[in-house]
Amino acid sequence: MSKPRLVVVGNGMAGIRTLEELLRLAPGKYEVTVFGAEPRPNYNRILLSPVLAGEQDFDAIVLNGYDWYREHGVTLRAGVRVTRIDRARRRVIGADGSEAPYDRLLLATGSDPFLPDIPGIRLPGVLAYRDIADTEAMIEAARAHRRAVVIGGGLLGLEAANGLAARGMQVTVVHLADWLMERQLDAAAGALLRQSLEARGIAFLTGAATEALVPGESGRVAAVRVRGMDPIPADLVVVAVGIRPSVALARDAGLPAERGIRVDDTLQTFDPRIYAVGECVSHRGVVYGLVAPLFEMARVCANHLAGHGIARYTGSVTSTRLKVTGIDLFSAGDFMGGAGKEEITLADPVGGVYKKLVIRDDRLVGACLYGDTADGAWYFRLLREARPVGEIRDALMFGETNLGDTGHQGQSRAAAMADDAEVCGCNGVCKGTIVAAIKAQGLFTLEDVRRHTKASASCGSCTGLVEQILMATAGGDYSAAPAQKAMCGCTERSHEEVRRAIRAQRLLSIPEAMAFLEWQRPDGCATCRPALNYYLISTWPKEAVDDPQSRYINERAHANIQKDGSFSVIPRMWGGETTPAELRRIADVAEKYAIRTVKVTGGQRIDLLGARKADLPAIWRDLAMPSGHAYAKALRTVKTCVGSEWCRFGTQDSTDMGKRLERALWRMYAPHKVKLAVSGCPRNCAEAGIKDVGVIGVDSGWEIYVAGNGGIKTEVAQILCKVRTAAEVLETAGAFLQLYREEGWYLERTVHYVARVGLEHVKRRVIEEGESRAALWQRLQFALDGEPDPWHEAPAARVDLRQFAPLAAAEVADVDG
Amino acid sequence: MSTAEHWQGVCSVDDVPLRGARVLARPAGGDIAIFRTAAGGVFALLDRCPHKGGPLSQGIVHGETVACPLHNWQIGLGDGRAQAPDTGCAARFAVRVVDGQVCLRAADLGGDGAAAA
Ligand code: SRM
Ligand SMILES: Cc1cc2nc3c(=O)[nH]c(=O)nc-3n(C[C@H](O)[C@H](O)[C@H](O)COP(=O)(O)OP(=O)(O)OC[C@H]3O[C@@H](n4cnc5c(N)ncnc54)[C@H](O)[C@@H]3O)c2cc1C
Ligand code: SF4
Ligand code: FES
Repeated sequence: MSKPRLVVVGNGMAGIRTLEELLRLAPGKYEVTVFGAEPRPNYNRILLSPVLAGEQDFDAIVLNGYDWYREHGVTLRAGVRVTRIDRARRRVIGADGSEAPYDRLLLATGSDPFLPDIPGIRLPGVLAYRDIADTEAMIEAARAHRRAVVIGGGLLGLEAANGLAARGMQVTVVHLADWLMERQLDAAAGALLRQSLEARGIAFLTGAATEALVPGESGRVAAVRVRGMDPIPADLVVVAVGIRPSVALARDAGLPAERGIRVDDTLQTFDPRIYAVGECVSHRGVVYGLVAPLFEMARVCANHLAGHGIARYTGSVTSTRLKVTGIDLFSAGDFMGGAGKEEITLADPVGGVYKKLVIRDDRLVGACLYGDTADGAWYFRLLREARPVGEIRDALMFGETNLGDTGHQGQSRAAAMADDAEVCGCNGVCKGTIVAAIKAQGLFTLEDVRRHTKASASCGSCTGLVEQILMATAGGDYSAAPAQKAMCGCTERSHEEVRRAIRAQRLLSIPEAMAFLEWQRPDGCATCRPALNYYLISTWPKEAVDDPQSRYINERAHANIQKDGSFSVIPRMWGGETTPAELRRIADVAEKYAIRTVKVTGGQRIDLLGARKADLPAIWRDLAMPSGHAYAKALRTVKTCVGSEWCRFGTQDSTDMGKRLERALWRMYAPHKVKLAVSGCPRNCAEAGIKDVGVIGVDSGWEIYVAGNGGIKTEVAQILCKVRTAAEVLETAGAFLQLYREEGWYLERTVHYVARVGLEHVKRRVIEEGESRAALWQRLQFALDGEPDPWHEAPAARVDLRQFAPLAAAEVADVDG
Repeated sequence: MSTAEHWQGVCSVDDVPLRGARVLARPAGGDIAIFRTAAGGVFALLDRCPHKGGPLSQGIVHGETVACPLHNWQIGLGDGRAQAPDTGCAARFAVRVVDGQVCLRAADLGGDGAAAA
């Protein structure tokens, strides 16, 4: 059977990013043809500015050279513009008359520069600023001519002006609004920006409307006429007044496209065979013009093209930086303030620093920074997460470094960033991912980091931060590196350091670990003791001494404490399946022990709520079912659907797979709770897409997803791999969970763990390196072998049964004092 | 000898786990939590957190503090007081250890019949 055909129109940033993601998720699924109007391979459009400024050349900004297309079997028609889509016969027609049939079509046509309707706009010497051809024409003009006018003082116009000035031209920027970058900056920051660009010799006219471009004798542009002023002489005019989504192709084909091509949350257009991504689309009425949202679209679109069908794009909040070397500015959100909003500002005109934060309803809604943008990423995170800022309000302006964490002097900002703080907004790379890559792969240069993590590989505005992280992580020996975040107030050690010491020094008990690591409080606290206990037993199974007194009450009493001090009991039901006999016993227990509420949980099991602590051992005995560990940082449920045994769509026996997983993994303690689900087909009735490990049966085997989370912040699981047999599912899932058990920090769910170390790292250890997978799986089986069920083997599980027997004053003997 | 000075043994010290607690049920209600610290100190508090009544006996004991199991308030074992920024106080009971026996005031145990004996 021949493969389905995917045709991509637009060889730019969004289209090819989608293709990259698709090739990663489902290599070889399609026969792919790409049409690109530009006679070039795919390059990084963002970096045209450094090319113009003479800081880089074209070769350095190519993202995927011609051999990339060859290696991936992608047919590239570079230099061929698509002129028509024939939806009825499902083919596209190129300007050269060539045709390409499609089963799926991806439109990624980007934008066209907007050229205002003024006299002279088509004269020779008038350029837009969009692609490498424009850039090369500007470089050429700068060689031959001296005077340039840039119309438009926005992001693009200023980068053009800066580049031309760097090439020795005398540049005047004509801008209609009253201050520069009025869509990204407020008036005060705009004024500071103007000052520093003026210092570089660029002239500005603001509040200035261009009326006409005037030709000289040669017919080339010679001057720019601005309302109410003398004409400005110009040998080169760059028009950068805005962009318009490139929608003609789609609209002619009958696809709804008002401002942009209309797409839904799966990036599908009105025609279900046609998807669209990038600047050419309008999503929920919003058109984007920066790469970060386009890359998010690409991820979701690829997921659907790959046939996984679980991702949703719900829109993006964007932030702006200007890529003019030596100028730091950052803005995001609603930074203009106004009615109903509070503003906090800090202005140091002499030092060239200005900061404004806008707050509404106790949430940060906008930020505008000039001169010192180090905290931009942090503000952006607060803004996107819409976290209440009341508690940190006083310190907000002074940045993340001034929060909490006092006492570590001289730290660089990078060292103080949280691991999940985003460093590179374009590619969504967090600090933890960068640090993990540097450590695991021994990276030393900025280039290495870019290649391995993509951080700072797009717009480059986070380069400084990435360098700091590199210095802090790789530079000098470990002890010289700035201290990481301490585990709690009892120590200066970080989770990572503690884990490492326990392994390296073979520490086997809490007192030993505390002594070796110089704990500052002999007895620790309620935060570090459970963490230490977990690290010990997970690193040295069968050897380290479990300390129930260092466990939270639920894991000490093996039931969930409730708000009234009573407990709830959830027995294990393998894969969510039960029997009449079990149900009868549950009913009997509920009556005998006067259980007030019997409830089906969100995890496919039955909860007996309101049990008295003193009754717990008897309840367990009468239930005669295994502990469900609903109370523990351990394996909880394995949800399943009915699967191929009953369901008319089932492709695999998901119930049996779930039971096998649960039997293999139960009693497994972990850094946090662990939940699994197995569905029998991609309809995914067991909701495997939001589980720590989700398994989905397909005709040819099983897809394994990891690091999903259905909790506080829902996160869709990411595909790890596809395997054929149930045995492979067990080994792969087990190896992944063991890696998490060995490397996760206490109370870190898999989603956060994977975000910290990077999915690449996980894939390497669990998929690519077969020996590593086998070894992980074996270590897990060793750890779980013979582990007791705390409900039925109390002594072996070190359950202190005394706790269930209250002391009674009536029984006690009299002592005279 | 007045009732207030009459002490009654309630259990042996070893019945209370190190860094742990036992609960003493009182006939008239209002359980008492008896704690034993790593250093061997024995303390008694009303088993009700000043916050929302959580059973302090079920918390993690560290130093001379117990972390309430419900919302993690830190309650001093010696004075029953919540650590700042939280405020509130759990009722304290006097304890003595005599010959390895944990003793409380008979009057605090509620049933005065026992105290008279
Ligand atoms: C009983 C149950 C609700 C119910 O009646 O359905 C429940 C009850 C509690 N959940 Fe849950 N969760 C229950 C299913 C879930 C699910 C659904 C699922 O498992 O498929 C989720 C979302 C899935 C996930 O975890 O990703 C869920 C996400 C949470 C979270 C958020 C975790 C996160 O990482 O964001 C918490 C808070 C935490 O663990 O820190 C939480 C915490 C709790 C606690 C332990 C809160 C507490 O500390 O007391 C509740 C304990 C009540 C008790 O003592 O019984 N519960 N909780 C469910 C037990 C399932 C079971 O059979 O084991
Ligand atoms: C100078 C400059 C600096 C920038 N700086 C930044 C920045 O710092 N940060 C940031 O986030 N963004 C920046 N941007 C914006 C960013 O480059 C765009 O958002 C991004 O490139 C859009 O991606 P896209 O795939 O939608 O469109 P494009 O990258 O423009 O790709 C579209 C491609 O489709 C081709 N095409 C169009 N129609 C057809 C057709 N009918 N047939 C075949 N091919 C067709 C076009 O020729 C083009 O190659 C900058 C843009 C420019 C021009
Ligand atoms: S959703 Fe909240 S209230 Fe409901 S069980 Fe979970 S934690 Fe408790
Ligand atoms: S009841 Fe103790 S902290 Fe809330």
